[in-house]
Amino acid sequence: MSLSADPRWGEALSHLSDYLGNHVRVSLAALALGLAISLPLAILTRNRPAPRAILLALASIVQTVPGLALLALFYPLLLLAASVTLAWFGVSFSAFGFLPAMLALALYSMLPVLRNGITGLNGIDPALIEAAKGVGMTARQSLIMVELPLALPVMMAGIRTAAVWVIGTATLSTPIGQTSLGNYIFAGLQTQNWVFVLFGCFASALLALAVDQLLGLIESGLRHRSRLRTGLGGIGIAALVAATLVPTMGRSSQGYVVGAKTFAEQYVLSALLRDRLQAAGLSATARSGLGSSVIFEALKAGDIDLYVDYSGTLWANQLHRTDIKPRAELLADLKTALAKDKITLLGELGFENAYALVIPKKRAEALGVRTIADLAAHASTLSIAGDYEFFSRPEWAALQKAYGLQFRAQRQMQPDFMYAAVATGEVDVIAGYTSDGLIAKYDLTALEDPKHAIPPYDAVLLLAPKRAGDEKLQAALKPLLGKIDIATMREANLRASGNDANSSPDAVAKWLWEKVGRR
Amino acid sequence: MPSKLAISYQQVTKSFGRLKAVDDVSLDVAEGEFLAIVGGSGSGKTTLLRLANRLIEADAGTITVAGEDVRNVDPVALRRRIGYVFQSGGLFPHLSVADNIGITPKLLGEPPAAIATRVDELLDLVQLDRAEHRDRLPEALSGGQRQRVGVARALAAKPRIVLMDEPFGALDPLTRDALGDDYRSLHRSLGLTTVMITHDMTEAILLADRIAVMRGGKLLAQGTPAELSNSGDAYVLELLRTPRRQVERLNALLPASGAA
Repeated sequence: MSLSADPRWGEALSHLSDYLGNHVRVSLAALALGLAISLPLAILTRNRPAPRAILLALASIVQTVPGLALLALFYPLLLLAASVTLAWFGVSFSAFGFLPAMLALALYSMLPVLRNGITGLNGIDPALIEAAKGVGMTARQSLIMVELPLALPVMMAGIRTAAVWVIGTATLSTPIGQTSLGNYIFAGLQTQNWVFVLFGCFASALLALAVDQLLGLIESGLRHRSRLRTGLGGIGIAALVAATLVPTMGRSSQGYVVGAKTFAEQYVLSALLRDRLQAAGLSATARSGLGSSVIFEALKAGDIDLYVDYSGTLWANQLHRTDIKPRAELLADLKTALAKDKITLLGELGFENAYALVIPKKRAEALGVRTIADLAAHASTLSIAGDYEFFSRPEWAALQKAYGLQFRAQRQMQPDFMYAAVATGEVDVIAGYTSDGLIAKYDLTALEDPKHAIPPYDAVLLLAPKRAGDEKLQAALKPLLGKIDIATMREANLRASGNDANSSPDAVAKWLWEKVGRR
Repeated sequence: MPSKLAISYQQVTKSFGRLKAVDDVSLDVAEGEFLAIVGGSGSGKTTLLRLANRLIEADAGTITVAGEDVRNVDPVALRRRIGYVFQSGGLFPHLSVADNIGITPKLLGEPPAAIATRVDELLDLVQLDRAEHRDRLPEALSGGQRQRVGVARALAAKPRIVLMDEPFGALDPLTRDALGDDYRSLHRSLGLTTVMITHDMTEAILLADRIAVMRGGKLLAQGTPAELSNSGDAYVLELLRTPRRQVERLNALLPASGAA
């Protein structure tokens, strides 16, 4: 089958107006805000070396913060601000999605605008500024009639750089709840859907190119004082904004929002939940690719209505508990604790997605290793890989303590690549997930945990406070509770990791429902 | 009579840090007079010129323009009624010739039609072809043309006083000579008061009614060329020797009646 006939292109295209529209809106809003702050600052500090140096240093520091981290930092910051305004003024705002993304991106846009603004203004021949004064201009007239027009090419170059950076970095705003072209990239990377990854990259590159060219047109129009070119550029930008506003205008903001974290199982489950709600006649959309620290807060704040989390994760990250209790007891405690935040733990889906130490079956047999306790004896000669958070999680500390594990080396890896890495011997052991389909695919085995150092990780369905008494919603979801066993989920995850049309989360969700719906 | 004075400096001093750029200078410029200020670089001549329209503020002493203490006049309004020709033209590179010339009337809020008419008059006055030059950018002009535009710009708001900062210094000798003569006749026909800075004594003698000589911030001497040649100051006499020697050599080299 040719690449162009792949139905995933069609699926990608169907999301385009939503993703692109949100991407354009957040990027242009951020750029506008960034310019509104940076340009006056550049003008004010151009003749004041000390504040200018401080400003540029601060802007440079912001630039050294990785985009993803900067975006993620704004979420808790705004949550804090929202709680403060609620306490002081009785008004709150959503710290989710648009606002943190726009603020972080605006901050990100400041350096090139500031630096080029100041360079452009300082680069003007002092004789011309003297001449402006000499012909009778006030300081303000000199700025508007002489300095800014002469600095324009350099300033515009900075603005264009900022625009390209912002549009590129906006793809990273997906995990904090801002829909963007990054949704393609995050979803594509997690579900090994390269069509989505390519689509997202191309779309954002084209958008950056288009905006850059339109700004270039405005610049050349301003420089050559051609109203036509300035107008065309302005109309182009306005048309871009309008085009991205129109399709989303008619859409109701009502309806249920299903959240999903950034891995394949979550994409599949959120599609399944969405389908179930729609089947029950409720309007629902999925909000995928949310960071795991963001998603719980988003549920608490009501920005999303429901999502699937794991008992052990909530136990450690939300309740900050380090002790480990038997499964039933932990669930009961969790339910009580979440109820204090008015969050409903509706029930378990039936499978567990726990961390497990995973090695190839053959290797396990060769070493004579069946449990983690057996592995401990060999650990000093082996290397281990885990996802980005594993080694800083309490489970790892608990495992090390319980079994006295001491590995030769430890590495962090993108979860999708871990399994292939351990199968090819790149690393010896990985901290995988029990529900992952790749365990079967690569003929791996999850070692037993006889000391129960790793807490239970039952997949549980959580509902936002405002949905606590929503019987229609709960009735639509109840048929799923207890229905998805580990083998089924593994198979679903394995399907989702494929690289063909049947592996899209939507398709896998349908398969999953066919499998469990009749149970 | 004081009322006839266009510009008057009374014991004016201006320092930049420890350097005394203008040191206790008193100098009068009569209405209708063409005064040249001559001196080497660092003599304070440019500073003295700029004090008159408050591009630079004096530390001590009094400066009057048309009888008014400049400290009592809004500096922006003052500059708009005094023409200023800059050393290398000082034309705004992003504005056309017409927009450069019309800038001060525009700042004064004159209607665009009146400014356009005035620009054409001025192009005629400085002998530039209207149609050919009006819409050009400064970069498309020769050095001499640029300086003509600079003169036209200075005259646009019909000032009574024109200050010139080495206006012809960077031009080739022929252009310089022609432009000097043309300006001299404008000065006379428009009844202007002109203060011109130059480091070239020959140019000063040929164009100005009176010459002021500056050195190290001090005013060494002032007067007509004839009065200056009676000066007892060695530096003034040294300055006058150059044009004399040039004349002697030229007389010796050129036949008395040339082909021209």
